[in-house]
Amino acid sequence: MRAFIPKSESELAGIIADAEAPLRIQGGGTRPFGRPVNGTRLSTSGLSGISLYEPGALTMVAGAGTPLAEIETALDAEGQRLAFEPMDHRGLLGSSGTPTIGGVIAANISGPRRIQVGAARDHLLGVRFVDGMGRAIKNGGRVMKNVTGYDLVKLMAGSFGTLGVLTEVSLKVLPKSRATGVLLLEGLEDMRAIEALSMALSSPYEVTGAAHVQKGLDGDPVTMIRIEGFEDSVAYRAGQLQKLLAGFGDFTVETDPVKTTAGWQWVRDVAPFHGRVGDVWRLSVKPGDAPGIMAGLPGTEALYDWGGGLIWVLSSENSPLSAGDITRAMAGNAGHATLIRGEASNGAFPRLSPAIAMLHAGLRQQFDPRQILNPGLMEPAA
Amino acid sequence: MVIFYYQSLLRGFQQRNCGAGIDKGALMEMPIPDPEIFSRKPELIAKLQQVMPKDAIISETSETRAYECDALTAYKCVPLAVVLPRSTQEVSDALRICHQMGVPVVPRGAGTSLAGGALPTADSVILGVARLNDVLETDYDNRFIRVQSGRTNLSVTGAVEENGFFYAPDPSSQLACAIAGNIAMNSGGAHCLKYGVTTNNLMGVTMVLMDGTITEIGGPYLDAEGLDLLGLICGSEGQLGVVTEATLRILRSPEGARPVLIGFDSNEVAGACVSDIIKAGVLPVAIEFMDRPCIRATEAFAHAGYPDCEALLIIEVEGSAAEIDEQLEIILEIARRHDPVELRESASPEESAKIWLGRKSAFGAMGQINDYMCLDGTIPVSQLPFVLKRIGEMSRQYGLDVGNVFHAGDGNMHPLILYDANKPGDLELCEAFGADILRLCVEVGGCLTGEHGVGVEKRDLMMDQYAADDLDIQMAVKDVFDREWLLNPAKVFPLVSSESRRI
Ligand SMILES: Cc1cc2nc3c(=O)[nH]c(=O)nc-3n(C[C@H](O)[C@H](O)[C@H](O)COP(=O)(O)OP(=O)(O)OC[C@H]3O[C@@H](n4cnc5c(N)ncnc54)[C@H](O)[C@@H]3O)c2cc1C
Repeated sequence: MRAFIPKSESELAGIIADAEAPLRIQGGGTRPFGRPVNGTRLSTSGLSGISLYEPGALTMVAGAGTPLAEIETALDAEGQRLAFEPMDHRGLLGSSGTPTIGGVIAANISGPRRIQVGAARDHLLGVRFVDGMGRAIKNGGRVMKNVTGYDLVKLMAGSFGTLGVLTEVSLKVLPKSRATGVLLLEGLEDMRAIEALSMALSSPYEVTGAAHVQKGLDGDPVTMIRIEGFEDSVAYRAGQLQKLLAGFGDFTVETDPVKTTAGWQWVRDVAPFHGRVGDVWRLSVKPGDAPGIMAGLPGTEALYDWGGGLIWVLSSENSPLSAGDITRAMAGNAGHATLIRGEASNGAFPRLSPAIAMLHAGLRQQFDPRQILNPGLMEPAA
Repeated sequence: MVIFYYQSLLRGFQQRNCGAGIDKGALMEMPIPDPEIFSRKPELIAKLQQVMPKDAIISETSETRAYECDALTAYKCVPLAVVLPRSTQEVSDALRICHQMGVPVVPRGAGTSLAGGALPTADSVILGVARLNDVLETDYDNRFIRVQSGRTNLSVTGAVEENGFFYAPDPSSQLACAIAGNIAMNSGGAHCLKYGVTTNNLMGVTMVLMDGTITEIGGPYLDAEGLDLLGLICGSEGQLGVVTEATLRILRSPEGARPVLIGFDSNEVAGACVSDIIKAGVLPVAIEFMDRPCIRATEAFAHAGYPDCEALLIIEVEGSAAEIDEQLEIILEIARRHDPVELRESASPEESAKIWLGRKSAFGAMGQINDYMCLDGTIPVSQLPFVLKRIGEMSRQYGLDVGNVFHAGDGNMHPLILYDANKPGDLELCEAFGADILRLCVEVGGCLTGEHGVGVEKRDLMMDQYAADDLDIQMAVKDVFDREWLLNPAKVFPLVSSESRRI
């Protein structure tokens, strides 16, 4: 099949300016979210490479098509990382390909550390993109603080290629922590687990991961709390948290770097759902509401991250979870839900209020008046 | 202390009037007021009186004068009227009426903007949210607070601190400035190296569009649905909608904090030390930098006992006592490698306060020497030594002294240019020097404003940072939210660029 693979921003601008039909914009193709787009594939893989990396300034600039692995390797060599811990969707979605930084940003992909350091969009300092008229645009820059004009950087993060095609991103990177400690406890039911996570997150001990998995490796529920930093500090905080949470049971502490890394990758990538049949929904809610919402979805299985604020829901094998089911379970609670895996031909994203939907339509009209960039991808789930 | 800065700042500026129209001689051009709007003032007031109590509307010039400027006091203009609503519904009603009548509206929080963001035009209505200052909900388990937007920054923390929580963004104007203004300007503070600026701590807003439509965006959960409108609104300088309520992330306070003071005999070495600390994996909550002119001025004024050296760093770390020791040990070890002329640890809260004293008095101290203009550009931290050197050279060319005191960890500089407001031509000279410094920031890969915003102050420099298309798409965003360009229309974009849209 025909595909566009521009090698430069100006080539991309030309392709878009000349396009007469919709384009399906693709980074690594590992995150096929939303309503499938009918259009010619446009790959950013030719816009690849790290153009600037200043470890002392905590900044990196890279082409949108740069493989995430290349970025992580370069950062690793300097003891740094993308602190927002982007998830790898391949296991959950059964997709293949090479995740790119542009894809991470376009979908605003963050992992467990999001609760402490913010989302992908909070680490995005600047963008270059080509809009739907083929204009090359820049916004933001490569400095930590910038309020010069409107923040289109945030707007582009999480716009799923519907406002423009990212060509270059500049990122705030952060030092890796020297040590990690993970507190673990098995057997808590959801309500108690979320209470424990809330208590940990409301403590001064700087929790950087707070998850509860209904079915852990051995089938029992497991509650996990992560702290990171210098060694003595991690040991001190782990001890304090054990004391603080004693009422919930005896949390054990794991500090083996291989095990702690693997454990949080397991949470980050929603590994307990890998290779299993069923729809997967992603709910963003007020943490305390999470167990109640799940109680309204009998027969499903949950992995709670972000202290309960993020729920990954897996439907039972034979009964798909419809948008209606989710809406009913969430009724009266703040938050939103996105269908991540399942029948999405009618849409997968949260439904918006009429006023907000109007603003979305207005922005799309301005950025892509011909509606050729991933049209319909962000349609609400029906 | 904050009030003190504020006053010295106010004193610092000479006044320019918009008069009935505009003062053609002034450097800051504003759109010509619409005479047709003046003639309909009685009708406008009568309509507003139908939707809100009389005491919420101010229309006598003697009283509206209080709203003629914000903290950029060089520019003043008395607005047509002022409304001070007490509810989101009243905000909506007022906006709907102004929209129907085609009257421009300038939203206002506490009026501490240093960029002229809340500066009125003579034909505009100031919509002040100062009376919307309640706490609506506090939730410690889920770690958020919902407030009305006129609440001051410090009183947000004030509402949660007895439970051991705080709201992280802490602009030095925090005693006075409102959450509304913080959101509009995406304000930062001394602790944003670790905790981020307003946009990183904002979870949701209630916002009224110019036509009166009330919208809810985000809420007490992470990553609002759909396109990131929350991120777009934060920093939009009151041009997209009027924020009436906000859901903010609150954090548990650390167990303790302690600063260390390090003096160097060159800016380069101080800059290298900052970079090495960051590379070593320590993330202090604050890294503040002062150069010699600033150190001397503060020493003479506040007697903080600072060494007389070229560059001074104040670095603060947080945590339990043991954690603080652990981090400071690493920092001090790095600092020693750079041959500091002074290395001062703190052994008590009093000593900590003394270390901070000079830094906190810096603006006031500079104000003692002369009038000053406070700039706010950001540069890549690697460019710090070069930029400081260039500023020094320019200072000699312009014949105006400049002191630098700023957040070094994130490259957000605040050069303070000293000038004499009573000396004809000095302010203009100072403004030209300031513009050159900001252009330098852009040239080395930085930007025109790190936290104060564009407002009217940096409006005409926008073309130095952005190409025509870059600005056009930003203005196209405003078209979506405010098609008629009635909301704070004369700000952010060069007037020539926005002219065709402002009708
Ligand atoms: C002494 C001093 C120190 C300062 N220190 C810092 C600092 O450390 N960091 C920093 O970032 N800033 C600082 N500032 C700048 C200023 O305090 C901030 O920009 C602050 O956020 C402005 O808040 P405000 O409520 O006073 O807003 P205002 O000055 O009233 O308005 C600012 C802008 O917000 C818009 N606005 C106001 N209310 C609304 C609303 N409800 N909806 C939509 N838009 C609205 C206005 O139209 C205007 O464009 C300082 C200022 C002073 C005077």
